[in-house]
Amino acid sequence: MPDQPMIRLQDVSKVFPGTTAPAVDRLSLDVGEGEFVTLVGPSGCGKTTTLKMINRIIEPTSGRIEVAGRDALSVEPHELRRSIGYVIQQIGLFPHRTIAQNVATVPDLLGWDERRIEERVRELVRTVGLDEDMLDRYPSELSGGQQQRVGVARALAADPPVLLMDEPFGAVDPIVRGRLQDEFLDLHSRLGKTVVFVTHDIDEALHLGTRVAILNIGGLLEQYDTPEAILATPANEFVEDFLGGERGLKRLALRPVSGADMTRGPVVDVRDSIETARATMAEHGVDWVGLLDGELLLGWVDASELDSVPLAGLAPKPFAVSLSPSSSLRQAVDAVVTSHARVAVVVEEGRYLGMVGLESIAEEITE
Amino acid sequence: MIDWGWIGRNADQIIDRTWEHLFLTLVPVAIGIVISLGLTAVVLRWRRAFGPITVTAGILYTIPSLALFAALIPVVGLNATNAIIALTSYTLLILVRNFVAGIDGVPAAMLEAADGMGYTRSARFWRMEVPLALPVIIAGIRIATITTVGLVTVSVVLGLGGYGFFIYRGFQARQITQTLVGLVLSIVLATILDFLFVALQRWLTPWSRERR
Repeated sequence: MPDQPMIRLQDVSKVFPGTTAPAVDRLSLDVGEGEFVTLVGPSGCGKTTTLKMINRIIEPTSGRIEVAGRDALSVEPHELRRSIGYVIQQIGLFPHRTIAQNVATVPDLLGWDERRIEERVRELVRTVGLDEDMLDRYPSELSGGQQQRVGVARALAADPPVLLMDEPFGAVDPIVRGRLQDEFLDLHSRLGKTVVFVTHDIDEALHLGTRVAILNIGGLLEQYDTPEAILATPANEFVEDFLGGERGLKRLALRPVSGADMTRGPVVDVRDSIETARATMAEHGVDWVGLLDGELLLGWVDASELDSVPLAGLAPKPFAVSLSPSSSLRQAVDAVVTSHARVAVVVEEGRYLGMVGLESIAEEITE
Repeated sequence: MIDWGWIGRNADQIIDRTWEHLFLTLVPVAIGIVISLGLTAVVLRWRRAFGPITVTAGILYTIPSLALFAALIPVVGLNATNAIIALTSYTLLILVRNFVAGIDGVPAAMLEAADGMGYTRSARFWRMEVPLALPVIIAGIRIATITTVGLVTVSVVLGLGGYGFFIYRGFQARQITQTLVGLVLSIVLATILDFLFVALQRWLTPWSRERR
């Protein structure tokens, strides 16, 4: 955590007119520079209200809010908002403006000159993975996923240090959502923006956030920690319930295979003798052996296929699933339980790295 | 049955009545637009005014045109001013309702996005709400115009009437040709104006072409 948080909420409350119970009750929350904080909780927990108080779409009733070291409540709202990117679930693209004009919204408000705006728009469209030939179209001509990409590009246009996102991927289908999430994680790691992201989906919150804030009804902060720490030690029963089942698997989903202990496994080189292959199988207590050609993993052969022919003459079967070092341990578990060999094979750009079994995976979260 | 020669013999008069009809249509609509813009501004600021304004405009709308022309004679006399006042009053209900509906119909998510980007209130209104309300606003002006083209014919009782003059005189003189000419030209005029408004809307709101 840097000394000066990028966003600081101090005792922030919101009581909506006509209600007595606060929607958010004396909430304090710091978000460090470059962090990706997800706000998650059941409906009525005030997560969206909290987000919208940061750019003053909703005015707090009391408390103090700082953004980038300045008092957010003492500047003009429109000035504040031009330095904060904002993405909402309904996207809210301006239907009467082309994609290029939509993306250019904030630079335009800030009075950038035309050439600079045009360059910036082209750059951003590439950044979010859209075609340049979409620039002259209107929003209604784009698919939901494309529109949301435009929404992200528009929010990033003036290079704001902070990005607020209100369930941005909630309205697209699950396949597109997964892709947008991964693209956005990649974008975050490249751009280093400070992101506050509201979702009602705990899996999305754990997947995306560097820290997760779990809120309870009335804007009560139940736990604020890394996904790993929350899954390992939920602060209370509410958090435990909210995390739901399969916490072990959820933790595994957060960790890469590269962190687990890999073994070389029962593998031999195609140039080795059949005796070496038999000895290797015996040593590992298995009825199959993996074949390598140098560092290249060719596949595996069954014990019954080992005959008088040299190993190079066999036709190895490919492993059904092979993982990369960045695959999650959860994917590794899946590979283990679905493979004949009961191991997950790890390969990096064709180079054989090793195997992981259930035991080394389990050790990762029990240690 | 139809005396085609009549058309040629009365070409000058037909042209004069065309200008009269256009004048009595466009002037009331233009005045109606100005008044309705003012009333819409009032409604947007004070929502409570919407009820009274639409009720008043609604009552005006229900007064038979013949009665309204007659009622105005003691006040302004038997002239074009009389017709313009009456015809203007009929446009108000349609125009105010459409103007307000146009602004109200702008999607809330879009307004929130505009706020979030840092638009000031007035910039948001002029650059987001008004352009997006245009299709509904223009639709209102279109309906008001077409309605007025029809109503103008009744002002024949004031010695005006545009094409209504031919319709009326045709009835009196039992000359079907005159009546038909007045009727057909009135429909043609309405159709041309309608087409022009559609073209105007397409030109002003290229973005709505795919969707409407």
